[in-house]
Amino acid sequence: MMYDFLVDLFGNSTAASIIAGTIQSILPLFAFILPFALFAVYLERKVSAHMQDRLGPMRTGWHGWKQTIADILKLIQKEDIVAKDNDKLLFNLAPIIVFAGSYAAFAAIPFTSIFIGTEVDLGIFYIIAVTGIVVAGILMAGWASNNKYSLLGSMRSVAQIISYEIPTILVALSLVMISGSMSLHTLSEQQTGYAWNWYIFGGPGTELSKFLLIPFMFTGFLIIYISTLAEVNRTPFDIPEAESELVSGYHTEYSGMKFAMFFLAEYANMFAVSAIVVALFLGGYQSPVGYLGDLFNAPWLIPIEQFTWFTIKGIFFVFVQMWLRWTLPRLRVDQLMAASWKYLIPIAFVNLIIIGLITLL
Amino acid sequence: MLAMRTEEMVLNMGPQHPSTHGVLRLELVLEGEIIINVIPHIGYLHRCFEKHCEAMTYPQIVPYTDRMDYLSPMGNEFGYAVAMEKLLGIQVPERVEYIRVIMAELQRISSHLVALGTYGADIGAFTPFLYCFRDREKILSLFEMTCGARLLYNYIWVGGLSHDLHPDFIRKTRDFIKEFRPNLKEVNDLLSHNRIFIDRTANVGILPVDTAINYGVSGPNLRGSGIKWDVRKEDPYSVYHKFDYDIPVGEGKYGTVGDSWDRYYVRVLEMEESCKIIEQALDQLPEGDVQSAIPKRIKPPVGHVYARVENPRGDLGYFIISDGSTSPYRVKVRAPSFVSMQVLNELCKGYMVADVVTILGSIDIVLGEIDR
Repeated sequence: MMYDFLVDLFGNSTAASIIAGTIQSILPLFAFILPFALFAVYLERKVSAHMQDRLGPMRTGWHGWKQTIADILKLIQKEDIVAKDNDKLLFNLAPIIVFAGSYAAFAAIPFTSIFIGTEVDLGIFYIIAVTGIVVAGILMAGWASNNKYSLLGSMRSVAQIISYEIPTILVALSLVMISGSMSLHTLSEQQTGYAWNWYIFGGPGTELSKFLLIPFMFTGFLIIYISTLAEVNRTPFDIPEAESELVSGYHTEYSGMKFAMFFLAEYANMFAVSAIVVALFLGGYQSPVGYLGDLFNAPWLIPIEQFTWFTIKGIFFVFVQMWLRWTLPRLRVDQLMAASWKYLIPIAFVNLIIIGLITLL
Repeated sequence: MLAMRTEEMVLNMGPQHPSTHGVLRLELVLEGEIIINVIPHIGYLHRCFEKHCEAMTYPQIVPYTDRMDYLSPMGNEFGYAVAMEKLLGIQVPERVEYIRVIMAELQRISSHLVALGTYGADIGAFTPFLYCFRDREKILSLFEMTCGARLLYNYIWVGGLSHDLHPDFIRKTRDFIKEFRPNLKEVNDLLSHNRIFIDRTANVGILPVDTAINYGVSGPNLRGSGIKWDVRKEDPYSVYHKFDYDIPVGEGKYGTVGDSWDRYYVRVLEMEESCKIIEQALDQLPEGDVQSAIPKRIKPPVGHVYARVENPRGDLGYFIISDGSTSPYRVKVRAPSFVSMQVLNELCKGYMVADVVTILGSIDIVLGEIDR
């Protein structure tokens, strides 16, 4: 969609398509991911500080708003340390793969009805597949660091991400059954109207099946939210980088900009998974209360409103992730696995079957 | 099926590690993530305290005792003072004893707050850590008001105290206790009865009673195993017999008696008991001069003495041999952390790497005291 728009803008030639393709692929990075990551790091510091009876950064700028910018500048200038016994190739490749994985997920996330990196019909499938690449990057980082703590951390991380992908997929599958589409854009479009048309409230429609679905949709929502927490390694599932045991897990040996890439990927991922949850269950970019653009007959306003709603919803879930992080202790590896295999996966399966039966009604 | 060749991995934990509580090095022998053996290597903080004492006069030793268990300097000074007074045969004024008890109990609260906070941080809950430190700051301010120092006080001298109480001390201490009780409840809600915290600590690192006694474990670690044994009650010193307080013991509320949660929770309950003692001591505090009994020149008779006190980490004992001169012939300290650390290997076998952190935090050691 955006691609067609850009190609038209540059006058429909081969050169135009190359330019359009380039712009389209870099735009989300500079327009959204980088500013968001900077903001999220700042938010995390402030949220944690206020939860802990502190103030957080206060010196750099008004209430310390320039702090993360200063940090990124510092990280860029830092020496890039590579230890003698590291596997150089894998060590350098790992942060790129991790970052690319979380960045690529943004391509299929519908920010508004017109601004989508690329409209993939298999949006859900694509995102799950592409974020799976992150696992490889993490394992490479742990292995190449040649550090036992990093290796333990990355092994745990891989086991964790793979186990928690299953309940995520099962819940996403139940939505695919209801909506009949794997495209996040279509899913968001179906949830148009008001908040009660969101899938968490059983989706659009007024027939009996909508009301039967509500409790199962709530269960599904909880399962997918918990699993996504584990997939982005947030507390109570932050075992891969459990700083009290493993120093900082798979990125212990990284410094400077390579460390910053892991860091950036982590925060980009936090938003990406929140965005998926929002698109599946909470109406995506749809407004819960109608649009000002409709009210004032100004169609150009609608995409802006949609973008705002989407970002607000996404950031709200990022905030909940932070809230949990600064409240809960972390689980142990075996408890974490038990939580997934003994509880989440069976519940998700039953949930899937029941939702399937209801849709047959 | 083809047998896969596996080998044990040796993981070096520390001395620079976030949760070894100081400069302790643990050599972990692992099978996957399961612990086969834990070998602690100590001595990174060795400062020759005991040998050093032989070259110093008796009053000069007091500030050095501060540096052993640096989270409980008042307790260390108290123990030394009790031992020296027994050797010299002096009776100190009542007021001195009361102030010493108040200080030791405040110190017990502050030390347990660090233990609780860092324990939470070890398990991944960072917020209770800051709540605990916020309250500890208030206690340190009380100490600062009394003797000018926040960490190493040199306050309890042989035969007396370095300063009398600040005029505001009693009021501020009462205020602190009033503020502290609700805060303690907050920490309990946030951490002690949190389901994840319980899952991590209950039934982990169980210390059976006979093992604890065989190793000579004391303090909250022993009481966590269900034995009501406290030097303050069993071998009373100072004026502890005048107060009404309980000795909390582990009951295995969420798991087995003697697990990490019990040891942790004994500390929480002890803080409440310390509050009770402080309140009673403040009510009964007699008037008097705190320096009247300080001897001008300390030259004890030839002989030896052993005295012990209940420190936040357990039974702290001083063995002092005097040859009749102004410095001791030999000083030996029984450090409770050193004894507690010996059971680490027994506790950790069969658990996972993450549990080593849990267990190490639950026995609450201070390396300054282990290495001396």
